[in-house]
Amino acid sequence: MNKQEIDARFVSIRREAERRAEHRKREAIPTIYIVMSTCGLASGAAETKHAFEEALSHKGIQARIVPVGCLGHCYAEPLVVIDHPASGFPPICYHQVSAGRARVLVGSYLEEGDPVLEYVLGAMERSDLIPSVMDFPRFSLEQRLVMEHCGHIDPDDIYQYIALGGYSALARVLASEPAEIIHLIETSGLRGRGGAGFPTGRKWSLARASETGGNIAICNADEGDPGAYVDRTILESNPHQLLEGLAICAYAVGATQAIVYVRAEYPLAVQTVKRAIRSAKELSLLGPGILGTPFDLEVSVFEGSGAFVCGEETALIRSIEGRRGMPQHRPPYPVEKGLWGRPTVVNNVKTLSSLPSIVQKGGSWFRAIGTASSPGTAVFSVVGNVRHPGLVEIAMGTSLRTLIFDVCGGIPNKKSFKAVQIGGPSGGCLPESFLDTPIDFDSLRQAGAMMGSGGMVVMDEDSCMVDVARYFLDFTQKESCGKCTFCRIGTRHLLNILDRITKGDGRKEDVELLATLSEDIKNGSLCGLGKTAPNPVLTSLRFFLDEYEAHIKEKRCPALKCRSLTAYYIDLEKCARGCEVCVGCCPVEAIFTTRGRKKGIDQKLCVKCGECLVACPREYDAVVKVSPPGLAPIIERPPDEEKSVGGQG
Amino acid sequence: MVQDIAAMLPAFERHRGNLIPILQAIQERHSYLSGAAMKMVAKHLGIGPGEVYGVATFYNQFRFQPPGRHRIKVCLGTACHVAGGEIILENFERKLGIKDGETTADREYSVERVVCVGCCALAPVALLDDDVLGRMLPSKVEGLFVQFEIERQRQEREKVARESGEQARD
Repeated sequence: MNKQEIDARFVSIRREAERRAEHRKREAIPTIYIVMSTCGLASGAAETKHAFEEALSHKGIQARIVPVGCLGHCYAEPLVVIDHPASGFPPICYHQVSAGRARVLVGSYLEEGDPVLEYVLGAMERSDLIPSVMDFPRFSLEQRLVMEHCGHIDPDDIYQYIALGGYSALARVLASEPAEIIHLIETSGLRGRGGAGFPTGRKWSLARASETGGNIAICNADEGDPGAYVDRTILESNPHQLLEGLAICAYAVGATQAIVYVRAEYPLAVQTVKRAIRSAKELSLLGPGILGTPFDLEVSVFEGSGAFVCGEETALIRSIEGRRGMPQHRPPYPVEKGLWGRPTVVNNVKTLSSLPSIVQKGGSWFRAIGTASSPGTAVFSVVGNVRHPGLVEIAMGTSLRTLIFDVCGGIPNKKSFKAVQIGGPSGGCLPESFLDTPIDFDSLRQAGAMMGSGGMVVMDEDSCMVDVARYFLDFTQKESCGKCTFCRIGTRHLLNILDRITKGDGRKEDVELLATLSEDIKNGSLCGLGKTAPNPVLTSLRFFLDEYEAHIKEKRCPALKCRSLTAYYIDLEKCARGCEVCVGCCPVEAIFTTRGRKKGIDQKLCVKCGECLVACPREYDAVVKVSPPGLAPIIERPPDEEKSVGGQG
Repeated sequence: MVQDIAAMLPAFERHRGNLIPILQAIQERHSYLSGAAMKMVAKHLGIGPGEVYGVATFYNQFRFQPPGRHRIKVCLGTACHVAGGEIILENFERKLGIKDGETTADREYSVERVVCVGCCALAPVALLDDDVLGRMLPSKVEGLFVQFEIERQRQEREKVARESGEQARD
């Protein structure tokens, strides 16, 4: 099959896509793009869409509603972009569009031409009329490669992706030799985005060199890290870019079977990918004889059943084989002997999604982005105490400071920065002194964290680092598959020690015990889960030792977070007579009225939920939180009240 | 249920790789895996029931008890943890008198913790069936149960009204 024939086949598909795009443009009716990925839906995008439909039909206005994937701006959901060419305005992005705002927008903007400036986030194109979102740091400092089209196209409409140049990289690949493609990826320096950063090109050439035959390509979308949802967003927003990458990978490594391994907890992503595979097959972009060439590729979806360890490639393969997802000894590596004993290449979603643009623009173009050792971009889901949480794609080498303070707007509520947790349960917490660390595989690892799957949690001064370490150990301890003793029992003991420290029962030898046990777990575990599970403990010990010591020696939680070490009390000087707000909100009826008709908290009943602190009117501000709990003055419950409570109980 | 599963199984090829998809399909329809169901799967695939049980218990997705009519899930992902998700979980547990992973005696409610539902910007998050409840507070949990109670009473009133109406017609 020569290049001309493949091109001829592809050009007809491409023409059809362009014809459809042109047709939409010529119709010149307003288009309403509504972000309908999981985070949008969680914020009420379905009601917004319904409100738009109702208002449009009520007013008899013609407009097209296009559900699109995620733009990555979770703080502003539900997001809506309205392209109303007749109004003379560029396409405008609106934030927090509730059902009410949707009705206002239809009436004011679509009917009367007033774009309702107070709801506007920014214009999607530069113009003199409305400031463009491109000039906001949240947009301008980003560099989107993997997420380039996310949020701009309907994930269910393959033609929209093709109209933007989609699948042309695959057409080009099919006309070249697999060895050329592997060489291209090797020269691009692309490293696996799953966390470890193994060079993709080398992995491919190892699989190619294997003589067993019947190779399999797997896309790893088993994103189990709590707090990371990058892969899910890509699957939901632009599945075709991933499938194109997967087909390129399969062609290069000589695979005829490909599997997308998605977590079953991501129902929307599973459905979107399945539909995308179907529509790509219809256009002969996947399936038997792609674009008329002899290259067959059978793509299927496997739903992972929720085991964090299955993100590890050998465990993932075991789980597809219908077994417990326990990691296996390597070697043999999956590229030699993987799924059903055949050479298997496992690549992450972001790795595969990077491929189409590398093929189109070349290896040296890709190498020019990012740093010398880690070319390309990194996608993070930045959450926690930042003003603008969401998905961010930046060039490798950008500093943590730029990402947190410039792109994501810094810490809200006038609080100060304490730490950033990178890489989820396998990563570490970095303090302020590390903010200038460039984000790339090697620098992060040197600092004690790791790239991981892209979860980044920013913490302000109110977060307790011992508690955060305990949280992650609680997670890894549950997710340990149980194969290696150090991981199975060691993480359990780490958790027990951290538990007692946060409960105020820490012993003075605990710090040292944590450190040695952590090293032992690292050395005694087979897979990445056990090798990295102690990282949250080790980094917090290294950078926040004072917090551990305060917990152990003074029984005090400096961040007032650990509930056993804190107490609430009501400052009688400030409490107003007769005010009952705190009484009403207390879920356990721990608040009583003192003889002076002020309020007190029964420390025995208090569950320390903090409701009263929030509820107390600001002009009184009488509820105080202290650590250690002994600092709270004892306010006796008047005996008559005690009786009446007893009577109720 | 046994008959239904027996009718489902022939659609799956007798291949070890189909074990997890079969278990998923059964849970999808019956919302949990019973001992009998797992034995049937074992027989279909020609493997031991212990093997099926071993695989099923390995993965978080599978349940072995029927869930409540209303499923409450409290997110305890990193962002929700930092924002106090545990306090929300405790409130649900206290209110219903059950622990994480359990179902109330009347099978109305079950409470479970989940790890990250992926709307970290709304932390802390809880799910009531499929509705996402963002920025939860203990007082919102209280409010939710007041709502349930009002709804229950309304339904009861309607039922009484309907029945008395039927009696009047008779």
